[in-house]
Formats: sequence, C-alpha cells, structure tokens
Amino acid sequence: MSVEQTDKQLLHLIQSNFPVVPHPFAEIGQQLGISEQEVLERIARLQQEGIIRRLGGLFDSRKVGYTGTLCALQVPEADIDRAASIINSYPGITHNYLRNHHYNMWFTLLAPSEQHINDILTEIKQKTGLMNILNLPALNIFKVRVNFNLSEVQHVD
Amino acid sequence: MLTELEKQIIRELQQGLPLVARPYLALSKKLGLSEDELIAKINEMISSGLIRRFGAALRHQKLGYTANAMVVWDVPDELAADTGQLLAGMAEVTHCYQRPRQSGWPYNLFTVIHGQTREQCEDLASVMAEKIGVPNYMLLFSIIELKKSSMQYFAD
Repeated sequence: MSVEQTDKQLLHLIQSNFPVVPHPFAEIGQQLGISEQEVLERIARLQQEGIIRRLGGLFDSRKVGYTGTLCALQVPEADIDRAASIINSYPGITHNYLRNHHYNMWFTLLAPSEQHINDILTEIKQKTGLMNILNLPALNIFKVRVNFNLSEVQHVD
Repeated sequence: MLTELEKQIIRELQQGLPLVARPYLALSKKLGLSEDELIAKINEMISSGLIRRFGAALRHQKLGYTANAMVVWDVPDELAADTGQLLAGMAEVTHCYQRPRQSGWPYNLFTVIHGQTREQCEDLASVMAEKIGVPNYMLLFSIIELKKSSMQYFAD
C-alpha cells in the first residue's frame, strides 16, 4: 500500500500550522483543490488507518509547568514484559522503547514536578525490583521537531 | 502560571479536534466561550509557545520511517553547547538534547534521527560525526516500541 498523492499533500499541510479559523477544513480543501467534505473524510480515514495519531495541539511540557526526563534501565530478557507493564501503567510515561544496549529499556517521563518524578522512579524500583535506573533529565534542549519530510515517503506498511 | 481557562483549553485540545466543519465552534460551546474568543486564545497560546505545534501527530512507522536511532555522543563539556547547536541545525535530526553524564554512562549529547533503514541511520551518523569532529558515539536502535502516547496534562 502506498500513500496516495493527495493524502501525502494533506498530511504535509496539516502536520503543523493547522488553520485556526472558523472553517479550517474548507481552507485546507481550497489549498488542495478538494471539497471541505473530502478533507474531513480523508482525515477520518487516515485516523482510522492509524497514520494520524491525533489532530490537535502538542504542548511545550515546560511551559505547561511540567518537568520531564529520559530514563534507562537494564532489564533481564525474561523480565521485559513484567517490567514494561509496570512502567507503562504510569500516564506520565509517554514513550518506552527496547533498544540494543545493556541499558535496554528507555522511557520518557513527564510529571508536574521533580518531586513527582523522583517518587515515580522510586516506586518503579520497588515494584520492578530493578534498582539500576539512569535518570537523564535534559540540561539543554537544542531541538525538538516532529515534522517529517513527506516528499521522501515511499511506502506504508 | 496557567489560568483555569488555559488548562481547560489544553484538556480539550489534547483530546483532538472534532472532525466537523466548525471544530472551534463545537469546542467553544463546551468551554462557554464564543468561537472568536477561542480562536483568539488558541492563537495566543501558539504565539507564546505554550502550544509547540498545532496539527496532526503522525505515526512515522506507518509512513515508512522504520528505523529511528538515538545517537548518543561523548562531547567535551566545554564544546557541548556549540556541538549541540550544530547537530540541531541538521535536517535529519529531529531531537537534540544535552543530558548529564553518569557513572557507566559517558554520553552527554543525545540526538534522534529517522531513516528508512538502519544502514541509512548508520551512514548518516558517520557523516554527522565527521562534521562535528566527535569520534565517540553510539547508535541505539529501537527494537520494540513498548509505548507511545500523547501526554494528557491536567488529567487529574
């Protein structure tokens, strides 16, 4: 399955700077030369297919008043499912990946304060029994960008 | 400090825009505002940077970006800021952070790059290494995505 040209243009257009005007879908339709109704239908389908995860605002967690960190821990192979279900149960843990390193589980954690972060990490240590967690809060943020260059997109799984 | 109204708007916008012809009108009714007031408020939140990006969050794996690599760099501390800026300027780098070193963890700059294959990421990292003159780096590929979600702020 390949992403069809109009879908690709649509995705490119709505990744950022989604119009904040009374009729946003009509405005997008005008730019693409399709109707407002067709824009709505395409977005609904792309959401259903899971290509669009969400249409809305992405917030600056610091300006919202939250603090965040990146953590890594060493989890024995046989323990991965158990540890992941404990860790993923916290809503502030937004991303969690297995990676090819002896620190094999990497997750991001957002919480209203540093105290909350420390409390959650202490709880995770107690519940998982895994004591060796790297806590790597950002000292400097040089770039956070989440747009993709859709002109390079060729295939969809 | 955010106002109660701003928190309410955040709660609504993180649920996603309703797919109707006038989504802001629909949301404004829930918030007890006029459509114009909500539009003005959202624009204000965008220009203040509280809303970092307004639009569609995409699942990049579904778009063929199957290999994402976290590339970690061991950069002399006094060069970390300049090197971080340099890396951030590269189009293929989507995230660039400085983080503390720890015992057993010598890396202090973290970048995320996305490619269509692992090989592409490896090639890219070696080009980056040459450009910044940092030989000590490592690629950590994601093997399994265990969780990816959007943060729900003020969910209580």
